[in-house]
Amino acid sequence: MTGDALRFEGVALRFGEREVLKGVGLAVPEGAVVALAGRNGAGKTTLLRVASRVLRPSEGRVSIQGTPIEAFSRRDLARQLAVVPQDTPVSFPFRVIEVVLMGRSPHLGVLGFESRADVALAREVMERVGIESLADRSILDLSGGERQLVLIARALTQQPRVLLLDEPTAHLDLAHRVAVLDLVRDFAREGRSALVVSHDLSLCARASDRLALLADGRVLDCGAPVDVLTPENLTAAFGIRADVIRAPDGGPLVVPRSATRDAMS
Amino acid sequence: MKILTPMRVLASLSALGAVLLGALMLGLLAGPSGLSAGEILSVLAERDAAGAAADIVLRVRLPRVLLGALVGASLAVAGVLFQAMLRNPLADPYVLGVSGGAALAGILVLSLGSAVGLGYAAVPPAAFAGCILTTALLYAIAGVHARFSTTSLLLTGVVFNAFASAAIVFLASIAGLTEGASIFLWLIGSLSSIRVEVTGWVAAFLALGLGFAIPLARGLNLAALGSESAEQLGVDVDRQRRVVLIASSLMVGAAVSVAGLIGFVGLIIPHLLRLILGPDHRLLIPASALGGAAFLVICDALARTALDGRELPVGAITALAGGPLFLWLLRRYHQRVLS
Repeated sequence: MTGDALRFEGVALRFGEREVLKGVGLAVPEGAVVALAGRNGAGKTTLLRVASRVLRPSEGRVSIQGTPIEAFSRRDLARQLAVVPQDTPVSFPFRVIEVVLMGRSPHLGVLGFESRADVALAREVMERVGIESLADRSILDLSGGERQLVLIARALTQQPRVLLLDEPTAHLDLAHRVAVLDLVRDFAREGRSALVVSHDLSLCARASDRLALLADGRVLDCGAPVDVLTPENLTAAFGIRADVIRAPDGGPLVVPRSATRDAMS
Repeated sequence: MKILTPMRVLASLSALGAVLLGALMLGLLAGPSGLSAGEILSVLAERDAAGAAADIVLRVRLPRVLLGALVGASLAVAGVLFQAMLRNPLADPYVLGVSGGAALAGILVLSLGSAVGLGYAAVPPAAFAGCILTTALLYAIAGVHARFSTTSLLLTGVVFNAFASAAIVFLASIAGLTEGASIFLWLIGSLSSIRVEVTGWVAAFLALGLGFAIPLARGLNLAALGSESAEQLGVDVDRQRRVVLIASSLMVGAAVSVAGLIGFVGLIIPHLLRLILGPDHRLLIPASALGGAAFLVICDALARTALDGRELPVGAITALAGGPLFLWLLRRYHQRVLS
């Protein structure tokens, strides 16, 4: 038993006076897709940043397969864990294939160039993500959705054990949303794991094995999506009244009704 | 789908090397004494050449051409590094006022240093220190760490340049350095007063700067898509920023201490090369060294021959070419990135 692929234990983080995370405990088992949902500002992105060691928690620990993330060198951590950000600043006209190949960086030596195998892998990933036709376009000229797909391809090319995705479907059309979540599922099927932040509750309910609701810096509930997505939990997490109905295949569908008084506070 | 391979790097650098050789030859040919290419080559080929032609080629033109190449390379590589560090294609040590800071520190030592026993050899280290201080100031004022704005960065540079120029004139006046054309060297940049003892410094600082910068090339590529992203791909961004700052300051400090404020080389050359070769720093950094060297040698040859019998400061030529180009780039940048 090497432990969960990714595990948060009592993770707390303060920005000055503000306590963003107040003791988060969450496990992403090997081979599983875990969805993470919650209000804006609930600390979802912060939690991903803690996992990728961009932020250090003031308390608690994060481990990968039982090893605390501090024990990895930065490069080794990048081989274990890849992050798909919501968006990224772009300052130079790198071509899409060049950006996707950047995912190989943690696997290369200091002065190393990408090998043929690296290029073949990048091409294969681009085909899977459906962006092979963009290969020679400049990243500066892409739409937000196209750029998001490129970042997903870069993270897959990184071949990590754990994939963290921050609203990977935010800029995508419906077809691409489904396609991306299928990719994440396939990724987990290979024995690896993913933690997906998303606001699309119904869609993540279908794509994930577990769903965690983050509210007020803590995990409010975590479990099978169908158990977590209850009207009570939705009121507690988002401050809305919502109905949860069943799709023909049994999956939960969230239908928001109205905001309660403190929902927008 | 063209991928950067060691072969492609080698081929591109060989082509640029050939351009540099051509520029060096042009630099050796330019001058009032009308030496032919054949005469110059025969002087260069001979082990102990003597005579008037040998004196002109080996004592006058060759040191100047070599110094021009070293200064041009240093400025262009520093330009690439500043652009990568600030993630802004408009960054350039001259435009940002960093060269101005280096020149100010240099002239401070030159004008007041003799009182405390500092000689000319203290100028490059002082210019280096000036560079670091100015860049640190830029970071502090423009807030690069938090939310950097191109506008505040460029404004800070403009203001600092004006201040540095005024302070340079002031110091030079106090020290009586305004006589002759020597003030020109500091304010507009010239290769006319070659000091052989500091040429070695420039070469050493360039080598050191390149030695620091080239291993960072892939990390700089990653940082182009955000420093957080680069960190998540295994780059120690803070360390990288510090090393780049030191490397670029070494090169700017050395270049400014021998040639004064030569502007826009660090802007023009990386930009042209990025258009031709792409933005990958593994190629762009060494290519800028060769391209910057060739560019400044050609500009200096022009400076020596454009006006019959009189010499223009080379900084005037680079600024005449660079000013309009900068405005064009600024417009394009606004259209593309900020729209």
